[in-house]
Amino acid sequence: MSATSYTIVNLPDQRTATIPKRNYLNNEDGLLSWLFTGDHKRIAILYLISITFFFFIGGAFAGLIRLELLTPQPDLVASDTYNKFFSMHGIVMIFLFLVPSVPATLGNFLIPIMLGAKDLAFPKVNLLSWYLYWIGGLFTLAALVLGGVDTGWTFTTPLSTHYLNTHVVTAATGVFIIGFSSIFTGLNFIVTIHRMRAPGMTWFRMPLFCWSNYAASILMVLGTPVLAITLVLVALERLVGIGVFDPTKGGDPLLFQHLFWFYSHPAVYIMILPGMGVISEVISTFSRKRVFGYTAVAFSSVAIALFGFFVWAHHMFIMGVSNYSALVFSLLTMLVAVPSAIKIFNWAFTLQKGSITFETPMLYAFGFLGLFTIGGMTGVFLGALGMDIHLTETYFIVAHFHFVMVGGMLMAFLAGIHFWWPKMTGRMYPESLSKLAAVTTFIGFNLTFLPQFILGYLGMPRRYHAYPPEFQVLNVLSTAGATVLGVGYMLPLLYLGWSLKYGAIAGNNPWQATGLEWQIQSPPLTENFIETPVVDHEAYDYEWLAHKTAQEVTTVG
Amino acid sequence: MHISPVLWQFLVKWLNASALFPREASTIAPYADALYFFLLLITVIGLTLVGLLVFGFSIRYRKEKHPEAIQVEGSTLLEATWTIIPLALFLIVFVWGALLYFRIYNPPTNAMNIYVVGKQWMWKAEHPGGQHEINALHVPTGRPVQLTMISQDVFHSFSIPDFRVKREVIPGRYSTVWFQATTPGTYHIFCTQYCGTNHSAMIGEVTVLSPDDYDKWTQESTSGMSLAQNGERLFASMGCNACHSGSAAARGPNLAGVYGSKLQLASGSQVLVNDAYLRDSILNPSQHITAGYAPIMPTYQGQISEDGLIDLVEYIKAMQSNYRVQQTLTTSQSNETAPTTPGVVKP
Ligand code: HEM
Ligand SMILES: [Cu+2]
Repeated sequence: MSATSYTIVNLPDQRTATIPKRNYLNNEDGLLSWLFTGDHKRIAILYLISITFFFFIGGAFAGLIRLELLTPQPDLVASDTYNKFFSMHGIVMIFLFLVPSVPATLGNFLIPIMLGAKDLAFPKVNLLSWYLYWIGGLFTLAALVLGGVDTGWTFTTPLSTHYLNTHVVTAATGVFIIGFSSIFTGLNFIVTIHRMRAPGMTWFRMPLFCWSNYAASILMVLGTPVLAITLVLVALERLVGIGVFDPTKGGDPLLFQHLFWFYSHPAVYIMILPGMGVISEVISTFSRKRVFGYTAVAFSSVAIALFGFFVWAHHMFIMGVSNYSALVFSLLTMLVAVPSAIKIFNWAFTLQKGSITFETPMLYAFGFLGLFTIGGMTGVFLGALGMDIHLTETYFIVAHFHFVMVGGMLMAFLAGIHFWWPKMTGRMYPESLSKLAAVTTFIGFNLTFLPQFILGYLGMPRRYHAYPPEFQVLNVLSTAGATVLGVGYMLPLLYLGWSLKYGAIAGNNPWQATGLEWQIQSPPLTENFIETPVVDHEAYDYEWLAHKTAQEVTTVG
Repeated sequence: MHISPVLWQFLVKWLNASALFPREASTIAPYADALYFFLLLITVIGLTLVGLLVFGFSIRYRKEKHPEAIQVEGSTLLEATWTIIPLALFLIVFVWGALLYFRIYNPPTNAMNIYVVGKQWMWKAEHPGGQHEINALHVPTGRPVQLTMISQDVFHSFSIPDFRVKREVIPGRYSTVWFQATTPGTYHIFCTQYCGTNHSAMIGEVTVLSPDDYDKWTQESTSGMSLAQNGERLFASMGCNACHSGSAAARGPNLAGVYGSKLQLASGSQVLVNDAYLRDSILNPSQHITAGYAPIMPTYQGQISEDGLIDLVEYIKAMQSNYRVQQTLTTSQSNETAPTTPGVVKP
């Protein structure tokens, strides 16, 4: 077998290559054909546009927060306004960006193709979930436009039910509706993965991206209803005063915390697991290697999902849960950290003996590895009972979850977008700009959030609008970092937009990757496959690919 | 710390000077910091390891040097290694963290008690001697201090970073935290649970004084009425003494000596009478009927503030005989001998 069969960027000749005449993008014309589409790929694009929109809204609020924190005085805006800023930032980023990000865009686009199917199991439900997303999103925006909401994204009672005059019910309704969108997406994925795999696509030939989305789907389906119930209770408590959370009526304020975190802890795995799937695909492709310990990585996703349901009370160590239940929850938290550690080493060892190239997605994936390791390890700080007492509710928490969610998930999302951009659009993005963006994001990220760990250990509380002057230096650093980070996020928006028109034609398999999605045309046909493929090899079988490419060369020659 | 005091002192001094590290002003702080440094250490080692692997492989196996990948399935031995080592480390962290947790949240029995009420947006501290302070707290060095805290409205959280302690302050229930300050000075008190508009202004200052200075402070800032005395007045003015007179004919149980005892309830269960129980039986009396009494006590929900409840509880705590009750009675029954509350078992 010759080494040339491993050539990576195998772009067709620019002058002769064209985008395929018929593809899912131009198959039908007009706005209505998009708004009533049942095509999972078009729905993915609709989601991509929508979550990008909300990401930049959430980002604008992040900018305002950081600008206010430049000085210790409360000088830019009043406290109420500041509280609305961080509440909106949190609500939008969590529910309208992070939760749907990878599953609704990349998952929607890729899962059927990766399985060799023509669409998801329930195309109409899939479209419905996008509409629900927007209805929920509009409620959230309405809450903002009508005067805002200042509960934080956690809607803590009795603050949210008895002490705020803002649009709590509107915002909660928004989140409630978005929840159903995520339940439907999860259901659709689960059924599709169970029922619609092409002949030969066994569970253990499935790409890890499908495994991790499968695990996340279980969480969405089982966890989200609890959030929905909790929000209904909050609304009822606020509107008619049923008193389940109200101590003066015999209710229990800690009950809210239990219910809320029963969803919201698993929710962080909803956010991170799909990202982990992206990382597996990217690292494997650019090192031309099977993912090291494929089975362990697959099962660790499922393990994380299941264990994820038993650690919620680690958000409540200082709230007066009994000392003994604190012990149990701390122990379980330590156990759930292990599968994540396993994955990091599996990814690192996938590189071993590979033939590695450093395309943009790979740079983002490396960024992910570094940031997620820090995010994960600082989670162990918080799982350690006595340490959590000092660290919780400070900027240490803010830094920790930004490392996991933003450093981890967002890096993975960007890796995935760059990786599959050629497939989705048929065009390449500009290589050097995209590398610049990856590096800028990484530097900006660390500059923004590393100082926050120190701020946290010094004791600066989160959600503070003004702070004692000794915290200023670190806050200024963080704001400077946020500026760099902001540039890092703007760049892809610009050059990816540019590439839609001017990018080089990508061809079917620019990365020489093994997934089924790379064996079809870019952008794909509406029906994905003209005839159902028969799968006879493992997910990351580069020998098979080399063999196939060699055959194609001989037929042509 | 025990292991290497010199090195430790040096490290802490250096970090303090660089303002990247909070002061160590309680007996717990060094223990928390020791775990912190251990965690930092394993984080740095872990990160270095991942970094070395990724960069090492990237250099060694980059395409120019290694044009053809060699496929490997995986390795059970390697996978076992990186399952067991993190697991072992995390279990060490778990045990260490748990020990620290019990140290921070289990107050010594000789701790002096101060009450703290959190409300939007202030901290109100009440010393047993009747000293009240707002967004301030005076404590002596060298004595364990326990705070019994409650919120009057929403969740708050009481945090003193330089002491490495924090505890949620919850509406409707008492929570406690304790510390022993080591170094005179002033330190921040923060509210760390988001509690509405002026959350970030809910800041206070704890002033740590030497025992002598503390005594001086107590003398100077007393209002002349202790919490128990305030409670006594409230007891009379709310009409509690009409039923809890302590006399044989009284319609309510005698409260003298009830604090700290096990009480037999009409429902058949036994309860330990502590602050939380007393507070609750003033607010929800129908849920705790003492054996032998009729459920006639009205609820005082909404009529007494948290401060008032604290005064009442302190008063009931301090009632070791009927003497005080009788003093506040204006009727002639006061010279009848009072029976003890039925069902009271001294522990
Ligand atoms: C330039 C990037 C960002 C900056 C500078 C930034 C900054 C901040 C800051 C300072 C806070 C704390 C507010 C406070 O406690 O007072 C915060 C909270 C938060 N951020 Fe970000 N953020 C950024 C990006 C993101 C992204 C991309 C996400 C999600 C995808 C995100 C999710 C959140 C969430 C969920 C909260 C919690 C809000 C709350 O406390 O209720 N952030 N962010
Ligand atoms: Cu507060």
